[in-house]
Amino acid sequence: MPLVQQTTSVPVSVDKDKCIAAKGCTVCVDVCPLDVLAINGVDGVAYMRYDECWYCMPCETDCPTGAVTVSIPYLLR
Amino acid sequence: MSGSTAVTHVVETDVLVIGGGTAGPMAAIKAKERQPDLRVVLMEKANVKRSGAISMGMDGLNNAVIPGHSTPEQYVREITIANDGIVDQGPVMAYANRSFEMIQYLDGLGVKFARGPTGDYDVRKVHHMGTYVLPMPEGHNVKKLLYRTLRRLRVNIINRYMATRLLTAQEGRIAGVIGINTRTSEFVVIRAKAVVLACGAAGRLGLPASGYLFGTYENPTNCGDGHAMAFHAGAALANLECFQINPLIKDYNGPACAYVTGPLGGYTANARGSRFLECDYWSGQMMLEFHRELESGAGPVFLKLDHLAEETISTVETILHTNERPSRGRFHTGRGTNYRTHMVEMHVSEIGFCSGHSASGVFVDEHARTTVPGLHAAGDLANVPHNYMLGAFVNGAFGGESAADFSADVGFGVLDRDFIRHEQERVLAATTRTDGVSPREVEYKIRRLVNDYLQPPKVTRKMELALDRLSEIRDDLEHLVAGDSHELMRALEVHSILDCAEMAARASLFRTESRWGLYHHRVDHPETDNDAWFCHSLMEKASDGSMVSRKQPIAPYLFAVADAERQSFRNVRVRPAAQGD
Ligand SMILES: Cc1cc2nc3c(=O)[nH]c(=O)nc-3n(C[C@H](O)[C@H](O)[C@H](O)COP(=O)(O)OP(=O)(O)OC[C@H]3O[C@@H](n4cnc5c(N)ncnc54)[C@H](O)[C@@H]3O)c2cc1C
Ligand code: SF4
Ligand code: SF4
Repeated sequence: MPLVQQTTSVPVSVDKDKCIAAKGCTVCVDVCPLDVLAINGVDGVAYMRYDECWYCMPCETDCPTGAVTVSIPYLLR
Repeated sequence: MSGSTAVTHVVETDVLVIGGGTAGPMAAIKAKERQPDLRVVLMEKANVKRSGAISMGMDGLNNAVIPGHSTPEQYVREITIANDGIVDQGPVMAYANRSFEMIQYLDGLGVKFARGPTGDYDVRKVHHMGTYVLPMPEGHNVKKLLYRTLRRLRVNIINRYMATRLLTAQEGRIAGVIGINTRTSEFVVIRAKAVVLACGAAGRLGLPASGYLFGTYENPTNCGDGHAMAFHAGAALANLECFQINPLIKDYNGPACAYVTGPLGGYTANARGSRFLECDYWSGQMMLEFHRELESGAGPVFLKLDHLAEETISTVETILHTNERPSRGRFHTGRGTNYRTHMVEMHVSEIGFCSGHSASGVFVDEHARTTVPGLHAAGDLANVPHNYMLGAFVNGAFGGESAADFSADVGFGVLDRDFIRHEQERVLAATTRTDGVSPREVEYKIRRLVNDYLQPPKVTRKMELALDRLSEIRDDLEHLVAGDSHELMRALEVHSILDCAEMAARASLFRTESRWGLYHHRVDHPETDNDAWFCHSLMEKASDGSMVSRKQPIAPYLFAVADAERQSFRNVRVRPAAQGD
């Protein structure tokens, strides 16, 4: 069967002004148990790449600059 | 990514531990402490720093056997009764005997447990009979302390590698594992003399009521890989029909949590705010009463705290909103739920396999040895019942030590090159296609069918239909498409989830009686039949690859349990005040 991409919301947001991924930080990406965060190659900021989140919060807790905010995934709210 | 350029790293080690959550790190630590010059590898799908059920910490020890509060014998009796007698008491006793020593060990590492005014451990009563709950209001540093200890002991940690199949040598003993990097799709083959499997629960079996695939009770990294790998390696799995079903906050799907709130005066209530359970300790009988209330006119079910003093409620909030599942406070805020004025709506979880809370899993003895020589299993995936976190630590320690001893006496098993080649083909198959179905769709469909057909109350014809549908989906595995390494991990997880779903259906059909309350409540076999079914059911892989079940006698009890005592868990409903309408 052919495949398509679909739009979806994600529960984790990153404050661009606070994220220091451009200086080499990868903490949130490293700790996420579901491996759903990544660094955007274009603007050098962390972002949520896959909508597969346990809302467990290591990413937010361990971020050295407080850039990460975890919300409850929409379907659970 | 292409299927033809498989990079394979080869690692040799004396002891290999697979899964770096709770039991795994302790297994690695204790193997090293047993024999410091051993090579010990800890392989983890995520990152040991923050992986597994205790990723953010834990609210307390649910099953601490502490001198002065309870005895090992009392604990063994309680667990035997809570499991309707289907227990080998040896491993439960071994756990109970070592429980206190492990608490002291963890204390020595820096884990903080609640203490009373005199400095003694502040143990609370939640269980039906004994007193075993030791709160950890500051339990958020457990992973950090374990990680530090692993580094100090020079355990070789391999993060972001997902084990896909155990390797066995010709004579059936364990030889190692093959796995894949979840970011680069590079393979690793780890040759090991002994292995400890600690991949946690099968937590992505049922679909949560929210429909969100990753909104599970368990950490969803634990999707049943360990159960599937053990099965394919020839290990026996016990009592898989004894599902895990937990009473949770509706939609949020985390513990409500009676173990924290119970000793402070909180309780599970029906819509009228009346208590209907004598005891909030999680058991199959408790879940059956919970389910009945939920489905009755008196439902749904709530956690009631609104009668408590402000001071108590603040304490509850501090513990429940900062420790184990710290996003809970945000969930309540979003819905305008305040413990002072609102009861918290509860629901039953999706089904799973998890000995941490129920009793199923890879069959082990008191040294965490499986039926495959050299292969050990510990934590939520091994079958020692009601294990919880402390059980994962203690049985992890048994597994690590036994693996260290085993590895001292043997060389490496001979690897089967053909098997490895086939496995690499199986793993990479999804990367070779451009048309087909996505892992997300196939996973959703399996788990939706699990809810439709396997969620108790169980019905024979429905479970047979489940097998039909699941076998159709097995053909669909040949059409899975993975666009990148991450999706490949998800595609491989779908294989494990399907294996677990089929095992859940077959095991449930095998045991033609009802037992363990809601966990194995068969509507068309409603009675408990001790004449025919006072035994374990073991599932194994037959020579043709199929799943076969057989009965296994319960090991002779260390402590006899009187009939009257055995009935005590059946009376968990408050009578007669809060009967359902
Ligand atoms: C929300 C929640 C609350 C709980 N609260 C309490 C409590 O208050 N008190 C208590 O005593 N117990 C509690 N428990 C139970 C307790 O946490 C577990 O029983 C225990 O932590 C299980 O340990 P484990 O090592 O078996 O699994 P985990 O700690 O989950 O570790 C399994 C590890 O295996 C890894 N893994 C999985 N698949 C693979 C693979 N294919 N290859 C490599 N690695 C893999 C995972 O990433 C994970 O790190 C709770 C559990 C949950 C989920
Ligand atoms: S941890 Fe924080 S600063 Fe570091 S990459 Fe992630 S968001 Fe950016
Ligand atoms: S909340 Fe947990 S699962 Fe979600 S992105 Fe953060 S670390 Fe990953």
